[in-house]
Amino acid sequence: MSSGGSFTDLLQFIFMGLQRGSIYAMVAMGFNMIYNSTGIINLAQGEFVVLGGLMMVTLTMGLNLSIPFALMITVIFVTVIGILMERFTINPVKSPTVLRLIIITVAVSILLKGVAMCFWGKESHYMRHFTGTEPFEIMGATILPQTLWIIGILLVIVVGFALFFNFTMTGKSMRACSINRDAARLAGINDRNMVMLSFALSAGIGAVAGSIITPIIQMDYARGALLGIKGFGAAVVGGLGNSFGAVVAGLLIGIVEALGGGYISTHYMDAFALLILLVVLFIRPSGIFGSREASRLKEF
Amino acid sequence: MDHRNYIGLVIIAVIIAFIPTLVKNDYYIGILVFTALNCLTALGLCLLMGYAGQISLGHAAFFGLGAYSTAILTVNLGWSPWIAMGAGACLTAVIALIIGVPALRLKGHYLAMATLGFGAIVNIVFVAAVGLTGGPSGISGIPQLNFLGIELNTDKSFFYFSWAVVILGLFLALNLIHSRVGRGLRAIHDSQEAASSLGVNTSKYKIKIFVLSAAYASVAGSLYASFINYIDPGPFDVMHSVLLVVMVAVGGMHNIWGAMIGAVLLSILPEFLSALSDYFGGIGIAYKSDYDMLIYGGILLVIMLFLPGGLYEGIQRLLQASRNLINRFKMRAFS
Repeated sequence: MSSGGSFTDLLQFIFMGLQRGSIYAMVAMGFNMIYNSTGIINLAQGEFVVLGGLMMVTLTMGLNLSIPFALMITVIFVTVIGILMERFTINPVKSPTVLRLIIITVAVSILLKGVAMCFWGKESHYMRHFTGTEPFEIMGATILPQTLWIIGILLVIVVGFALFFNFTMTGKSMRACSINRDAARLAGINDRNMVMLSFALSAGIGAVAGSIITPIIQMDYARGALLGIKGFGAAVVGGLGNSFGAVVAGLLIGIVEALGGGYISTHYMDAFALLILLVVLFIRPSGIFGSREASRLKEF
Repeated sequence: MDHRNYIGLVIIAVIIAFIPTLVKNDYYIGILVFTALNCLTALGLCLLMGYAGQISLGHAAFFGLGAYSTAILTVNLGWSPWIAMGAGACLTAVIALIIGVPALRLKGHYLAMATLGFGAIVNIVFVAAVGLTGGPSGISGIPQLNFLGIELNTDKSFFYFSWAVVILGLFLALNLIHSRVGRGLRAIHDSQEAASSLGVNTSKYKIKIFVLSAAYASVAGSLYASFINYIDPGPFDVMHSVLLVVMVAVGGMHNIWGAMIGAVLLSILPEFLSALSDYFGGIGIAYKSDYDMLIYGGILLVIMLFLPGGLYEGIQRLLQASRNLINRFKMRAFS
């Protein structure tokens, strides 16, 4: 029984890790999208997630809209914010330094956080689960329907993006821009539009992440920083710019975090993901899945 | 050192000497003490950002390490606050060295994220290591400082003392900037490759400055703990790290005086706005501390988009413009 019990525990922690990790994976994909098109790390990425979650709370709990309809409005809302951010803060800056760009995205993140606090207050918000809270049982461990939704939506997004980047003209243009912007421009691709599109997609994916995790974590305005930095951890471990790596790394970080929280200490749970980020940054900043050759071309 | 910098130091000292005769309210004097502590931390951060061109989004952690060192060593072990302050600064410097050696090999975004992660971890430890730090409820009963027999037990006495420390910190920083190290640093900021090709040991300089700026933050943290006699993890979170960067960037990160302007302005701005809204209460617009973040974010964004050199550069441009105007009038008068 004891061995069975510990296996159940392990499985339980892994489910929890997958649930958290899916969110980190989606945040990491958002980071990669903007990084690939601009070379910028958008420090407001976590704020997209928070805004998505809070908007969803208002639409489903306040206005009582159906989940799919609310999700659609939320994604559009946050996507527009992403586009506005690019148009008004990134696009106008000519020949920026890295330090200035970092501070600009920090400024946007403070601003969005301030907006979130003014509209939604400081308290955390409850939101109903997508389809009930009756957990399924798998080999003794339980899994919430919401967790299945989270993992399923992550899969849909991964497949969707793979199709988009490989089989549509726009997606291929975005990839061309990320490989060589000047060459892409010579080939007739409007690179400025691609940058805007990358902010739109990145904000949209953040909104989805926020919408699906809110029933579980109860969103509040201040969560953005930690979500953002853990998502960045996933992006770095997966090799910055590498979307497949980001997904695997996100899930891995989620699982490590859940195992650390379960077996070592729940108080230090949040610290595990950050420790992984620091260790990878210090030892192998190109990431575990990134190739050193490719990363040599990048600015660390 | 440029004589204008000495004049600046004297001007600050004179202003500080006269403020308590103008500001009678202890609450506002207290705000000005916090302003001094922010100035001290911002000074160190400005050396790192403006002169070495490196960002740190984890300086609140160093500030917190100083504060917790003072709290733990004085309350639990009964050490003198002065020795605790020194020990805190040494501990913080060692931690900064351990973090800085690998972190400063990273550039730009990676360094920003590494320091952000470090800051978040330290804050988690403050909250979670209940046995050492008291956890979320913090540590109380931190003893006051005694400076050459004078108990710094009033807001006014601590006000004078904290600003004296700022002036000392400013003096040291200005001397550093105008030394060989300072010139080397500026070379790193402009082009790391060019600097190292001319024999500037770039990584060594960067680490030295990182450690020094951490020590500034640590001393500010120790003073903070001694001043309010009670600490909890709240003020040492990631948001405070971000706020410190905001102060330096808004004031102008390429000049130490800019960082001072930014720190003073952003420390007193919320108080100023809420006092203003009390005064104009009749109109129905009440300023709440909830709006602080909107104000900070908005100011930072506007400055970064339109005046990347910060307010310091803005003031310089204004002075230059007015000088040009005066010259034009003179020319016309003589012609």
